[in-house]
Amino acid sequence: MPLTYNLQVINLLAALLLLISFAMLSQRRIAGLITLFAWQGAALSASTAIVAWSTGQHHLYWSAGITLVLKVIAMPWFFYRLIKKLNVDRDVEPMINIPTTMLIGIALVIFAFNLALPISQMSGTVMRSTLGIAMATVLLAFLMMITRSKAIPQVIGFLAMENGLFFAATSATYGMPLVVEMGVALDVLVGVFVLGIFFFQIRETFDSLDLKHMEKLKER
Amino acid sequence: MITGILLQTVQTLLSILLAPLLMGWVNQCRAWLQGRSAPPITQPYRTLRKLFNKDAVIAHSASPLFRFAPYMIFACMALAAGLVPTIANDLPFSPAADVIALVGIFALARVFLALAAMDIGTAFGSLGARREMLVSFLAEPALLMVFFTASLISQSTELPIIVQTLAHKDFVIYPSMAFAAVAFWMVSTAENARIPVDNPTTHLELTMIHEAMILEYSARHLALIEWAVALKLFTYSVLGIALFVPWGIAQRGDFAALPLALVAMLAKLLVGGAALSLQEAVSAKVRLFRAPEFLGTAFLLGVLGMLIHFLLEV
Repeated sequence: MPLTYNLQVINLLAALLLLISFAMLSQRRIAGLITLFAWQGAALSASTAIVAWSTGQHHLYWSAGITLVLKVIAMPWFFYRLIKKLNVDRDVEPMINIPTTMLIGIALVIFAFNLALPISQMSGTVMRSTLGIAMATVLLAFLMMITRSKAIPQVIGFLAMENGLFFAATSATYGMPLVVEMGVALDVLVGVFVLGIFFFQIRETFDSLDLKHMEKLKER
Repeated sequence: MITGILLQTVQTLLSILLAPLLMGWVNQCRAWLQGRSAPPITQPYRTLRKLFNKDAVIAHSASPLFRFAPYMIFACMALAAGLVPTIANDLPFSPAADVIALVGIFALARVFLALAAMDIGTAFGSLGARREMLVSFLAEPALLMVFFTASLISQSTELPIIVQTLAHKDFVIYPSMAFAAVAFWMVSTAENARIPVDNPTTHLELTMIHEAMILEYSARHLALIEWAVALKLFTYSVLGIALFVPWGIAQRGDFAALPLALVAMLAKLLVGGAALSLQEAVSAKVRLFRAPEFLGTAFLLGVLGMLIHFLLEV
């Protein structure tokens, strides 16, 4: 059965989302990571807008707009300023080396695709087959959070996970109600600002943004 | 059948003759991007003519293999170039050798180059041969994965059928091919000894891979190897065109479309060559021990392309 062009473009953008997730997993520099995060947001926003256009779900235009403003413009700008102020754009050495991380990533993708198969068969949306990709994006972002020891990559991993969840919601049920999405967007925005303040506090206390220092409890 | 053989011959000759021109274009773009005054685009032809007119110097310890290898390498590359549709999708040779055989032909040329490099017994030759083998044994599976993705889509490993499926049936976007394209780009930079894996212009012993293997060659042997290198770049370029942007390649029996196909191919090569030189201008060569990571990423992207094919396109 030939797919419509809208759906093909959505599939392509979904594939790009996954590709960017892998690129983030293999990226060593924080500035590169932020750029990739902005691109991921752009792909997400574009796919949401196309879903809105092809299915007539108008509230998805709002979601696409919020994604564009927050995740493509505001947050990357904020992060760029942050790394400039904190002066931390050096190579980040991950805890597991990158080829191993990528192999684990492939295993996660296979797992996610299998996991999503029965769920996407129950769903009634046109783009249900991309649910596997959404879950893979979530798991890969989670993996990135686990393997990075510095604070900023972990926060970006968290945001990438939110991207994946957003995409999963869109592909399984045409998105959450607008109120919920607004709430989530606000939460994420506030979260990022709070974490931005945390970065300064962490660095002041430990002289580094490496979160390994926080694993040791001191009782004095 | 006669026209098929004619087209096959014309396309193979076209590849062989145009290959140095592509090399010249890449070098020219590179020079512009680096702010140097560029050599003329025909410089590789002049180099080849100069080399063919010189007398060959061969080491005393060289075996017949050393003399024989350049001819073998050139023949392999010419054969490989003849298997890829460049302007017409009508290649009578292609049922004899599909994409997997194409990978084998590249491997054959590489084996002869490595053997010839070790034949003289100099340290540089063996060093280059080892490095080349390290890079290529990682690049080959990634290249195969790219071909498998294309073959799964078109249900055939023959290049004309792949091109037929991608270019002349209903237009369909294949997300898996996006992954395959990135993987193919990475593999072809590695296989053609370009930055970030190898630097084609370096003669620094710590970093050179391809240059280290051909240091002992001179005159006509060197000319054949240089030509084969240009031909390899050309073959990879038209292979990339055939797999990822095949629109414009004339259908079987459609002679009216041939001039347009030629123009389309040249335009795509211009863009591709400029992109390659841009990548070489903006990126740095990675350490040799980062090359496995680079190629491992290419392999994983190839595998991901196949997974995406099964998820979204079946």
